[in-house]
Amino acid sequence: MFPVVYKRQLSESVFEMGVEAPAIAHKAKAGQFLMLRVDENGERIPLTFSDWSAEEGWIRFIFMRVGKTTHKLSHLEVGDSLADVVGPLGVPTHVEDLGRVAVVGGGVGAAVAYPVARAMAAAGNEVTVILGARNEELLILEDEFKALSLKELIVCTDDGSAGRKDLVTAPLKELCAAGALDHAMAIGPVIMMKFCSATTKEYSVPTTVSLNPIMVDGTGMCGACRVSIDGETKFGCVDGPDFDGHAVDFEELMSRQRVYVDDERLADAEYSRECRCHT
Amino acid sequence: MSHIEAPDPKPRHRPSRGPRTEMPARPAEERARDFDEVNLGYSEEQAIAEAERCLQCKNATCIEGCPVNIDIKSFIGHIINREYAEGVAVLKERNALPAVCGRVCPQEEQCEASCVLGKKGEPVAIGRLERWLGDFDLACDLEGRCKPEVGEDTGFKVAVVGSGPAGLACAGELRRFGHAVTVFESLHALGGVLTYGIPEFRLPKSIVQAEIEMLAIMGVEFVKDIVVGATYTVDELMTEQGYDAVFVGNGAGLPVFLGIPGENLNGVYSANEFLTRVNLMKGYEFPKADTPVWRGRKVAVIGGGNVAMDAARTAKRLGAEEVFLVYRRSEEEMPARREEVHHAREEGIEFKMLCSPSEVVGKDGWATGLVTTRMELGEPDDSGRRAPVCVMDSEFTIDCDTVIVAVGTRANPLLPKTTPDLELTSRGYIVANDHGATSKPGVFAGGDIVTGSATVILAMGAGKRSAQAIDRWLAGTSR
Ligand SMILES: Cc1cc2nc3c(=O)[nH]c(=O)nc-3n(C[C@H](O)[C@H](O)[C@H](O)COP(=O)(O)OP(=O)(O)OC[C@H]3O[C@@H](n4cnc5c(N)ncnc54)[C@H](O)[C@@H]3O)c2cc1C
Ligand SMILES: Cc1cc2nc3c(=O)[nH]c(=O)nc-3n(C[C@H](O)[C@H](O)[C@H](O)COP(=O)(O)OP(=O)(O)OC[C@H]3O[C@@H](n4cnc5c(N)ncnc54)[C@H](O)[C@@H]3O)c2cc1C
Ligand code: FES
Repeated sequence: MFPVVYKRQLSESVFEMGVEAPAIAHKAKAGQFLMLRVDENGERIPLTFSDWSAEEGWIRFIFMRVGKTTHKLSHLEVGDSLADVVGPLGVPTHVEDLGRVAVVGGGVGAAVAYPVARAMAAAGNEVTVILGARNEELLILEDEFKALSLKELIVCTDDGSAGRKDLVTAPLKELCAAGALDHAMAIGPVIMMKFCSATTKEYSVPTTVSLNPIMVDGTGMCGACRVSIDGETKFGCVDGPDFDGHAVDFEELMSRQRVYVDDERLADAEYSRECRCHT
Repeated sequence: MSHIEAPDPKPRHRPSRGPRTEMPARPAEERARDFDEVNLGYSEEQAIAEAERCLQCKNATCIEGCPVNIDIKSFIGHIINREYAEGVAVLKERNALPAVCGRVCPQEEQCEASCVLGKKGEPVAIGRLERWLGDFDLACDLEGRCKPEVGEDTGFKVAVVGSGPAGLACAGELRRFGHAVTVFESLHALGGVLTYGIPEFRLPKSIVQAEIEMLAIMGVEFVKDIVVGATYTVDELMTEQGYDAVFVGNGAGLPVFLGIPGENLNGVYSANEFLTRVNLMKGYEFPKADTPVWRGRKVAVIGGGNVAMDAARTAKRLGAEEVFLVYRRSEEEMPARREEVHHAREEGIEFKMLCSPSEVVGKDGWATGLVTTRMELGEPDDSGRRAPVCVMDSEFTIDCDTVIVAVGTRANPLLPKTTPDLELTSRGYIVANDHGATSKPGVFAGGDIVTGSATVILAMGAGKRSAQAIDRWLAGTSR
């Protein structure tokens, strides 16, 4: 059992949670993820580390409540326990001094972008962070990003309730056009990563994306997570989750993410009815 | 269990001339709709009747047919004499999991193939008798169960990676020598393929659990949710964690795909994913259990081994109207256990033999059909089997909404990647000698990770031999 030692609500549907897991905390690196099961009949779901402390033996992750498992997770409080936590999984984000780097975080992807931006800044890069959300309420971690030594933090919302009224691709394109970028990293909804990659491709700015295919084991055993990279099949959990954004078949990924949409809706609806919470 | 008294005094064994005793099984129509076990096992009377067919040959060739050389003649002799606990002890001397092996070993190619009776008629049903004794043991209360003796504490600590048959057999044997053992398992459940791969209807999970509990009682420590190579490396186990030796039994769990167009369409699964969703994650109980599994109406399973049979029969039980088994060669070449082939047919799986898939076609991202080419058998190939060759212009499409690829697995590179001094074969398997010793001192390996996908009994044999080698190796190290 893995005790919950920290919990914080970041927005209506986004939570940060800390779990005691010393062995994993010892090894976690930016860009890696864990698999967890909330309880005995639970699904295994992947979530990316948002923070960790080897000294204190905890790991943290930030998740958006989108279905049954994340819903159940959001009901846990400090003192409760998770049945299983496994990790760290996946290849860590390749961190080196690449020069001028843009890190784009969309929606809950900001949570994954945060440790990446922190590591890239620490490695000596000149980091511009572009944060995107539908509206101010959904914007997360702005203060945490501000506390990093960044070149600039650009906030975009779809409705202009915070920062620029723009999609993240707009400032990204400006940076590319100004010749001010050596590398881009895009982390967020697949559709956002697709358009970021299309934007940077025009200017031949190498781009890393962090893919989130459906996973079962997270260790290379099932192939549920397969993605097409330059026409070649790769396993997201062991070959990724980071891939070259210019080589990813985003359409296929979006299609594969939809396999269980109906089942997932059913499961969450039943759970919501049972737990009688308002969502 | 009621005991039938042996006639007293014991007469000299006179073999019966009766036919091979059939094992009761549930009717196909009934069993193909649920996940309960298909075979019901012998009654005591049936076991005795079958045991009495045994000739108790002076030179018992069956023993050589067994990959771990179980003293078959002796355990059958004990059944004849109604000395069941003694029979169990004979089995356990060589095989830690008789109730499992009695169910899943390919006996027709092993012990039963070497049975003298088989030359003229039907061999003794050794597997069914093994199963019966294994179940006899499990049905006893804990006191009455056969508990291998645990050796005196040696002070040595051994880490076992993986809780499949290789790891379990190795762990049990190490306890007999008195070494402390910790088994690290990456999944949230123990048992390896016995748990996540082989379905409940063929191998009830309660049996696997009961065997694992016995190991726990013997003092084996089990730690789940640890991926060796990620959470700890092999080197860290031997330094920071203080283990004196490591046994790697992590299996060959990486699924192989065919590399044909359309394989990433929705509705296309590796057998591993399909079976894992159902067995490990209990997808058949969705939404009571949280993990969904796609329930196809028309399912094409590609392959001809046990894995393909399990996938096909599982699909049927999830409610598929039609399940096709698509195999490149003919039925005789299928590597699956004969019994599984027989049961699959009874359950209405449609065999499409001599068919080679070339493409999965789809619509709106979902699979709608499997394009296949007819084959015919040509000259024998390297494996001695007649090689299938394409029949010109024979392409046709099997309508299906689900395709399950069961054409084998490979070694998972996760552990070796972080263990640089571990020598691998060109295909990524760990190089180990007959005793499991690898290129890295103190590290031993066995099971599918060394041989490639093989069998439960071979994995167990390798685990046990490695434990013996580890014991010798530890004796030679100064602490
Ligand atoms: C490598 C990786 C890292 C991720 N990191 C984060 C993160 O840091 N924060 C975060 O909020 N989300 C993250 N996700 C997505 C997260 O795993 C899903 O939101 C979660 O599984 C949804 O589960 P659910 O039962 O609540 O929702 P469901 O109702 O089951 O699903 C909602 C949607 O989530 C996706 N999904 C469902 N099951 C899985 C699964 N087993 N594996 C992957 N995706 C699934 C599907 O697209 C689905 O349509 C990550 C995914 C991957 C692959
Ligand atoms: C569906 C199916 C049906 C089969 N049917 C039969 C049959 O009828 N008869 C028969 O004899 N054989 C059968 N087999 C083959 C047989 O199951 C295998 O040969 C046998 O299980 C191999 O044992 P193993 O211990 O080497 O590996 P496995 O059983 O694969 O166990 C390896 C274990 O190690 C764990 N692991 C992997 N990597 C790590 C890591 N890095 N850290 C920690 N743990 C790790 C895995 O999760 C797993 O639990 C079947 C196989 C399948 C898939
Ligand atoms: S999640 Fe199973 S192989 Fe990647």
